Amino acid sequence: MSEVDIKALVKPGASEVHRDVFLSQSVFEQEMKTVFRRTWVYVGHDSQVPKKGDFTTTTIGTQPVIMVRHSDNTIQVLLNRCPHKGVQLVNDPSGSTGRFFRCPYHAWSFKTDGSPLGIPFKKGYEDTGFDKSCAKKGMCNLKNVKNYRGFVFVRLSEEGESFEEFFSGSLSSIDNMIDRSPEGRLEIVGAPLRYLHHCNWKMLVDNQTDTCHPMIAHESSAGTVKKIWEAAAGEDTSKPMSKPMPKPMVVELVLPFMSSYETFEKMGIRTWDHGHGHTGVSWSIHSEYSDVEGYFISMVEAYGGERAEEIIAETRHNTCYFPNMMVKGAIQTLRLFKPIAADKTIVESWIFKLVGAPDTFLKRTAMYNRIINAPTSIVGHDDLEMYERAQEGLKVDANPWVNMQRHYRADELGGERVHPGTSEVQMRNHYVSWAKYMSAGDEV
Amino acid sequence: MSISEQDVIDFIYAEANLLDEHKFEDWLELFADDGVYWMPLEFGQTEEHLTTSLMYEDKLLLTVRVERLKGERTFSQRPKSRCHHILQRPQILNPQILKKGKEIKTKTAFHYTESRLDEQFFLVGWAEHILRPTGDGLQIVRKQVNLINPESAHRNIQLFV
Ligand code: FES
Ligand SMILES: [Fe+2]
Repeated sequence: MSEVDIKALVKPGASEVHRDVFLSQSVFEQEMKTVFRRTWVYVGHDSQVPKKGDFTTTTIGTQPVIMVRHSDNTIQVLLNRCPHKGVQLVNDPSGSTGRFFRCPYHAWSFKTDGSPLGIPFKKGYEDTGFDKSCAKKGMCNLKNVKNYRGFVFVRLSEEGESFEEFFSGSLSSIDNMIDRSPEGRLEIVGAPLRYLHHCNWKMLVDNQTDTCHPMIAHESSAGTVKKIWEAAAGEDTSKPMSKPMPKPMVVELVLPFMSSYETFEKMGIRTWDHGHGHTGVSWSIHSEYSDVEGYFISMVEAYGGERAEEIIAETRHNTCYFPNMMVKGAIQTLRLFKPIAADKTIVESWIFKLVGAPDTFLKRTAMYNRIINAPTSIVGHDDLEMYERAQEGLKVDANPWVNMQRHYRADELGGERVHPGTSEVQMRNHYVSWAKYMSAGDEV
Repeated sequence: MSISEQDVIDFIYAEANLLDEHKFEDWLELFADDGVYWMPLEFGQTEEHLTTSLMYEDKLLLTVRVERLKGERTFSQRPKSRCHHILQRPQILNPQILKKGKEIKTKTAFHYTESRLDEQFFLVGWAEHILRPTGDGLQIVRKQVNLINPESAHRNIQLFV
């Protein structure tokens, strides 16, 4: 495969990016060998593997991996490939393997750190040179694994930025989600929503910080909620003796999508190095959810009044972690944009329980997930339609450029910065880093 | 008013027929004011609120969906989707209460097809209805749609199974 010319794909500052970034399968294949190897990719949460021998399966880029709790209680991440002939050791999304993995094909077995345990009828390998083979070493155990307060990330490449250097200040969004639990602990609840999109994974990433689309693309969903709610509430207040109708939880979750440009502009966007950033610096669509009885008291008991208020007041909108994860601390959801092919992406949407907080939070989080992120979600339908029309529309030869110039300034990036809320700066930040990881170094 | 087994079966066939004929407003009328449409995310899921579902919709949300389908700016419905149900004969799970005017539980296997543009997909499973007899006939108190593959990576499911 010929090396992709990155400079021809991303203009300076990523004010425009070439359509091949989304359409080209060779660009996609290079991403798998560079972007997804050189960066810290999220593989799971340690609450998914509470007991020794528990595992979950996922992918880093397109490569299957297993996250497993080893006999010494550490989290290990192994490539999900038998060293013999390549069979995946486990295929379930999650489960328990006990004390070892046993390959279903020829019964080679491995400890939960991947080291070899046994090969049946082993004398057939005597004097064959097997001792020097890669197969002999067992399952490949990834060295660069970081369990950050329960969130497990892996860097496939031996070389690269340390975890702390790579994420720098952006970890504050994960921190805020965890700190919202009075016990400082999160637990994954249930299976993820899985949603198949016929578009490039980066279109979904771009959309997470696209604040000029909700009031337009979601007029059909959020706008209809608004219309029906206002009609119902209006009717109600016309009766002089009746109390104002309490806003149902779902209305509270969906109405802010219809906020004005001015509101989104004011809320701000913050960027960090290496392609991370978030919308909702001073306000977000998650800022005005009703209080939940008993929660504030338990937070004050856990953190003291000042700190408790600080945690609760931080209601960031979407935090994008380069390359393919998004976290919403204020509503405890996590989305992964899993690349399958240049024009195929599976979105997984997970929810967390705030351990020690009232169930109302989990109810709200679960509701948000199904209303916004499900393949049955009308909000999801609005978005998918836009991505897939873009995937098709970009086949027009006349203009190969995707424009990302809104609020563009040549010197806008570097360290931690705050920008106007309707800026496309986080998209640019993503592609500036993308270009760097796509072209940096020669190791693969 | 007494409801016969045949009334119940006819009601469920007629419900699917309204959907297939895109008479969504008439379909909505079949739901009681406290009616719910539930599609769990996990096979065998019993928890309604404290875990993710594909759908858990009260009448307000169902009304939003039906309204949205008609909207000028509902771009994911330009062009519109179509759907089709093949039902197995509904089973009444508590036939002993038919004469007592209490809520009736049924189970109905389905093959559902939805299509739009060049895409067509199938969903297979069974629906569990709870039906309430009223002076005006039956109302849906709950329709639970159990897919055999709720956890799969689905494409847009835009109409009603
Ligand atoms: S492929 Fe795994 S033991 Fe042969
Ligand atoms: Fe959106």
